[in-house]
Amino acid sequence: MSTPIDLTGVDRETALRLYRQVVRLRRFEDKVYQLFLKGELPGTVHQYQGQEAVAVGVCEALAADDWITSTHRPHGHAIAKGVSMRAAMAELYGKATGCCGGKGGSMHLGDPDVGMVPAIAIVAGGVSVVSGMGLAFKLQKSGQVAACFFGEGATNEGAFHEGLNFSAVQKLPIVYVCENNLYGASTAYHLTTLVPEVTERVKAYGIPAISVDGMDPVAVRAAMQQAREHAASGHGPMLIEAKTYRFAGHSRGDARKYRGREEEDTWKELDPITRMRDAILARDPADEQAITQIDAEIETELDDAVEFARQSPLPDATLAFTDVYADPFPIPSVVGERS
Amino acid sequence: MTTMTMARAINEGLRVAMDADSKVVLFGQDIGRLGGVFRVTDGLQKDFGEHRVMDAPLAESGIVGTAIGLAMRGYRPVIEIQFEAFVYPAFDQIVSQVAKMHRRSAGTVRLPMVMRMPYGGGIGAVEHHSESPEAYFVHTAGLRVLTPSDPQSAYLTIQQAIACEDPVIYLEPKRRYWDKGEVDLDTTLGNTGLLSPWRARIMRPGTDVSVIAYGPMVRTCLEAAEAADGVALEVIDLQSLSPLDLATVVESVERTGRAVIVHEASRTAGLGAEIAAQIAERCFYSLEAPVQRVTGYDVPYPASRLEEDFLPDLDRVLTAVDRVMED
Ligand SMILES: Cc1ncc(C[n+]2csc(CCOP(=O)(O)OP(=O)(O)O)c2C)c(N)n1
Repeated sequence: MSTPIDLTGVDRETALRLYRQVVRLRRFEDKVYQLFLKGELPGTVHQYQGQEAVAVGVCEALAADDWITSTHRPHGHAIAKGVSMRAAMAELYGKATGCCGGKGGSMHLGDPDVGMVPAIAIVAGGVSVVSGMGLAFKLQKSGQVAACFFGEGATNEGAFHEGLNFSAVQKLPIVYVCENNLYGASTAYHLTTLVPEVTERVKAYGIPAISVDGMDPVAVRAAMQQAREHAASGHGPMLIEAKTYRFAGHSRGDARKYRGREEEDTWKELDPITRMRDAILARDPADEQAITQIDAEIETELDDAVEFARQSPLPDATLAFTDVYADPFPIPSVVGERS
Repeated sequence: MTTMTMARAINEGLRVAMDADSKVVLFGQDIGRLGGVFRVTDGLQKDFGEHRVMDAPLAESGIVGTAIGLAMRGYRPVIEIQFEAFVYPAFDQIVSQVAKMHRRSAGTVRLPMVMRMPYGGGIGAVEHHSESPEAYFVHTAGLRVLTPSDPQSAYLTIQQAIACEDPVIYLEPKRRYWDKGEVDLDTTLGNTGLLSPWRARIMRPGTDVSVIAYGPMVRTCLEAAEAADGVALEVIDLQSLSPLDLATVVESVERTGRAVIVHEASRTAGLGAEIAAQIAERCFYSLEAPVQRVTGYDVPYPASRLEEDFLPDLDRVLTAVDRVMED
């Protein structure tokens, strides 16, 4: 059995908000999965079910003008940071009303207006970018912090090591959030990595690290508050290793043959939604009603988002030729073939 | 003859090469237990063992570097880059080490290694799962570049790539992975004759226009040739992009007097530019019309709802054919 979530020091409003957020992320992904199977969504999707506590806990502890970078698995990060379900869903549909105008899609979800760099699906790509962002915040003395999400698999890319070394020596206001879900696609971390504790590995860079239960939004939030405070007050970057698990396959059509069903069941007992609900009700059974209401509101929000996405127009094909350059630029092949 | 998909044909070709030489080893992300994202290496770890088919960390630069070391010590590594654009983290290793080691060592070091990667669009993926990076590699002296267009050419070219003493970039047109075709499993490298992978193949003879393509576009061009009304298109599959089999191209264009070059990659400084220049230099006086290119546009690969508009299709090939026939 899993340890119950500890709500000590968490007020009712915050607890309910955390609950709402994890459910929003989960229900969004469940809906996306259905729509994907129905053939309504193009391309592929990397889903976030199981890991919601990480995005929710981290984003709850960030200020509105803090930034995040994200990965090939960005849906949860986007919604937790404030991209609306409408804008996220429309983007997944490839519609002009999406958060990237239909030019990004699942793997590039994001929106500078909410402080999210359009997701970078090259594994560890965000780790390089976040150094620059952190350097800018430091130079501007803006007090902002950048949180960088990545999976444990990213820690074997060269970019990861270059990025951590630089931000450490520069004492940049960055929080690295490693979502250790044990597998990079089909490959278990311990098969490619002798020291599978990420917190151990980053000691080499002089970066302090905390390991946290990544299935518990309250714990993640607390760790992130501590890390953010550390980073924002000029002490340099910090790393959080959130031990978590993705309930879904890596991407579409992953039969998950590389891991046992027993292992999956063990992790499902740690489902952040059930645990959050149990903790809230254990404290006050009367909150049952509030929870039911939250659940219903989320269904309405979700249905509205899907309807919005369906009704939205596709981007015009000529939009493939816009936004390639910021200043006027005659695109050669277009000038050639089209004129 | 056996009917199979291109993915299967590459798998069979890998098997033949691995059976023939125990120094052939495979290294790449998710290629062992999973058999690769496109299942090209399906079953090979089970059959040849974990020492010959190894799952790699997420570290493309490291994967290529490791292959260099293996090749220097007598192995013939075949690495897989999961999608073409994930090769960019390894670009430095490929351009600065792989391509130059032989020259730098005055010929004493050989790097017989194959860098396999799926490339091209058409599967509804996004930019870095849909690109056509061949020109970068063709431009880099010291590398060879091969790309099959159908199961038969895949079966042979992968074996040829592994047999080659030079490093080979092996580009697999991902949207053709599931295309079925006849494969003669008994054809061996020794008796391929005109099928020699470093030569272009005339896929369909014709008298009016030479249509020069490779990889995913070969099928599109064959369909265009079928659909073309009153014009006989000669469709050439280059197969080898470096070296280029210009002899076959020149011979064809001298006969037809017209050339259309088709590729998915963006136009500017793409392979079509080089081929057009070569045709101009070598067959200028045989030309009846300016050479035409049908290519992707000079923009980043678009999101999936727009890719149909980006990819050269039958209509765009036929429009270019009309244009060379007008002149
Ligand atoms: C440079 C690069 N190499 C390979 C891939 C293909 N790929 C996408 S996600 C993934 C696994 C990533 O594992 P991890 O970083 O642990 O994140 P998770 O998928 O578990 O969230 C792979 C191999 C990629 N997107 N980028």
